[in-house]
Amino acid sequence: MKINWKTTLRYGLIGGVSALYFSMIGMVELFAGRNLIGTTVNMGHLLLYGGMLAAGLLAARAHHQGKLAQHAVIGLVAGLSAAIPTALLVILHEFIPMQDVFVSVNNALIRFLTFERGLPGLLQFFLASGLLGLLGGLFDGIPTDYRRAVGTGLAGVAIVAVFSDLVTQVLTNLFGRASVNIFFVSKALKPVIALVLLLAIAAFVFMRDRRKANAPAAVAAAPLDKRAALRKQVILFVIIGALLAIAPWILGSFLSQVLFEVGRFVLLGLGLNIVVGYAGLLDLGYVAFFAFGAYTMGLLTTTTNLNLGGGVFNFWLALPIAVLVSVLFGVLLGFPVLSLRGDYLAIVTLGFGEIIRILALSDWLKPIMGGAQGVLFIPTPEIFGIVFDSPESMYYLVLAAALVAAFVSIRLRDSRLGRQWMAMREDEDVAEAMGINTVQTKLLAFAIGAGFSGLGGAIFAARLGNIFPHSFNLLISINALSLIIVGGLGSIPGVIVGAIALVGLPELLREFQEYRLLIYGILLIVMMLNRPEGFLPAEVFKRELHAGEITEPAEVE
Amino acid sequence: MLRRTLSRVSWVDVFLRIFQLVAAVVILIGLYKTFTTARYSSEQWATLAFAGLAQGSIYALIALGYTLVYGILLMINFAHGEIYMTGAFSTVFLAMYFNRIGFLQSSPVLAIIVLILFSAAVSTSIAVLLERIAYRPLRNAPRLIPLITAIGASFALQYTFRGLFGSQFRAYPDIAVLKGTWNILGFDVPLVQPVVFLAAVLLMVALYWFVERTKTGKAMRAVSEDKAVARLMGIDIDRIIVSTFALGGALAGAAGVFNGLFRPQGVFFLMGFFPGIKAFTAAVLGGIGNIPGAMMGGLLLGLIEALGPNLILEGLGIPAANQLKDAIAFLVLVLILIFRPQGIFGERLAEKKA
Repeated sequence: MKINWKTTLRYGLIGGVSALYFSMIGMVELFAGRNLIGTTVNMGHLLLYGGMLAAGLLAARAHHQGKLAQHAVIGLVAGLSAAIPTALLVILHEFIPMQDVFVSVNNALIRFLTFERGLPGLLQFFLASGLLGLLGGLFDGIPTDYRRAVGTGLAGVAIVAVFSDLVTQVLTNLFGRASVNIFFVSKALKPVIALVLLLAIAAFVFMRDRRKANAPAAVAAAPLDKRAALRKQVILFVIIGALLAIAPWILGSFLSQVLFEVGRFVLLGLGLNIVVGYAGLLDLGYVAFFAFGAYTMGLLTTTTNLNLGGGVFNFWLALPIAVLVSVLFGVLLGFPVLSLRGDYLAIVTLGFGEIIRILALSDWLKPIMGGAQGVLFIPTPEIFGIVFDSPESMYYLVLAAALVAAFVSIRLRDSRLGRQWMAMREDEDVAEAMGINTVQTKLLAFAIGAGFSGLGGAIFAARLGNIFPHSFNLLISINALSLIIVGGLGSIPGVIVGAIALVGLPELLREFQEYRLLIYGILLIVMMLNRPEGFLPAEVFKRELHAGEITEPAEVE
Repeated sequence: MLRRTLSRVSWVDVFLRIFQLVAAVVILIGLYKTFTTARYSSEQWATLAFAGLAQGSIYALIALGYTLVYGILLMINFAHGEIYMTGAFSTVFLAMYFNRIGFLQSSPVLAIIVLILFSAAVSTSIAVLLERIAYRPLRNAPRLIPLITAIGASFALQYTFRGLFGSQFRAYPDIAVLKGTWNILGFDVPLVQPVVFLAAVLLMVALYWFVERTKTGKAMRAVSEDKAVARLMGIDIDRIIVSTFALGGALAGAAGVFNGLFRPQGVFFLMGFFPGIKAFTAAVLGGIGNIPGAMMGGLLLGLIEALGPNLILEGLGIPAANQLKDAIAFLVLVLILIFRPQGIFGERLAEKKA
């Protein structure tokens, strides 16, 4: 087979430009501060050389087949060329200091890139890049079952090392502090442990694949009888239920806090899923209803002189009112936008969200809503002598709320109303012609979505004990929207997966907070380009989005 | 028959009518009270109005980008505010450099032209890149999808530039020549305002000429009329779409420099969000897809925003009305979409809207 140098170089340069990009925006340097394995491999390496590996792999893959040696050459060339842009940056930095303009191109970054050896270190950089590219190329060339085993093993080690906070917390809670020190040095995996883990995972995957391949095909293909399937499902549910119930004990206080955040966004996501996923109304001002819920809860129960409840209300009495107020505003704000569609709707709802925030912040409404100081001293909920004052107990509260919301969502989806929403989403005019009252259907979507959000807001207010207008910015809406899209529009398991991926995991990586939104943005674009239906898609969307691929690709309109 | 129609739709209409009426009455009361109490002198009104016009001309330049793209792709380029930011934020460093070597003070006109060209070049490249990566592959996807990529692109751009240039504000250097005042109709106006206004108008005229008179402009209009037929006529659709994005980007980049000259607080990575939304409002106000409409819409929005808080809100007895300035633009957007969704000057492409 002939090697296509142009393709190889193209992949190399794509990898190189991304490496340059991540270096120049400061991600590489920040990530380099976090060790993954011992003190030799850190997250900066993962980001920088992961790109070289990918360049080698993709370049080799683009050639479809060939001898292993050819794979190696392709990988090597791709890896070396991927090092060029960043190397140029290092050389340029040597002559023109540019930190005044590009704040992230500083000495720390250069030291990291050159292995602390100045310009001669570039040789090492090229060597490392070429090696990684070569490994990437080789990786593409080895037989599939080995590739799967090694790939899963590497990914497993990387995940354990990156989310070491989670692992160490669980270990501490289960086996005590000492057990952590066996596996970890501060936050990094010990090298030996990393190697053992890699081999263990690889061996496990390899064996499993072997067994599966050797098993008689007839058994695998036999239809599971219904009883067994049901039993399997019940067992799965029991396990998940038990895990959810004991989670705070295993995870401890900090991770319960993370779970609370996830739960809060599951609530928001489920509500927004009704509006966007079911009814197809793109609402970017969703945070407004969250704010209404939070402020209602705050103003009714606070012990400061902003209290509107006259001291009558506790958390449980204020909760339904908070939800009701949100529903009411859902309908009120829904009215003016009834006739708007698509992009217009998105921007007007965004406007509503901002108006609400600006009003809450203004001096005009300060006597009622507290202005920039917000509402302070919101009491924690209490029932039958149990005070919900710890992250663990609040987790149960938000879990209960999320379960109720999920149940309601499922029932709504399968109801007449749910089918009306979906009909309206597919084609509003046809839906109306079929006798669906679109006004009522739309308003119900806004109202119910707002109710979920208000519930989340009320619990949020009680959890924090004080609320400020700036907690209710556009980012909440964007977060909620991103998570339902990443999970899969219209899919309830998708909301949960999305919330864990976009809210839970970033909470575990707080030190990289400043790049969270950048990663969101890139994720949204990549997701829309490659997998617009999300990770756990609802059936309808999957069919709709891939309809064009079965038939002829549609013409440009 | 009549009763059935009434019972089916009218309650929404009634509600909207009432809403319209209330809005109109509130605005009138505010105006009436402000004028009867004579809170401000005509001098102060004029100051506000001139500042509003200059700000409005910046909105108009950004709004043109929305309108151009909408006219051709029927898509709102949500990330356009970020394109404006990229130009303004990158150029501030060049301006600081020019200031250091003295070029900015010695020949300000030439320096500003270079700054505008540089900013336009940055914004144009980003706009073209954005179209290539985020929009072109999705041209046949359901409408929701490019909108979501646009939101993603907008965050990616914001935080990329934060990573590149840092998170602090950077102020454009003062230019001595622009510090003076100019006497217009008996009012002393800071010189920078009419300069920005006139430069923006000049650019808009140039754009109008480009779209109406050049071959590319003609092709643009053809593509926005009917893509299929335009293609049959031998027009390269992709090239025209790219040049539309480029044109919008260039105007946004120029607007970024004007903004830097005109507002002392400087530029930073989140600066694109509000102007982006407001420029979109301006485009809708003038009728989206309508080029002169976007220009007038921008100027009008600038005026409303400058005068509105003092004219209407203070009349209603709202304290610290200027805090609500940003809310006014959104309110205008909501009102215009309820009262007259096709905009003041009419949407050129109303019948094509999905």
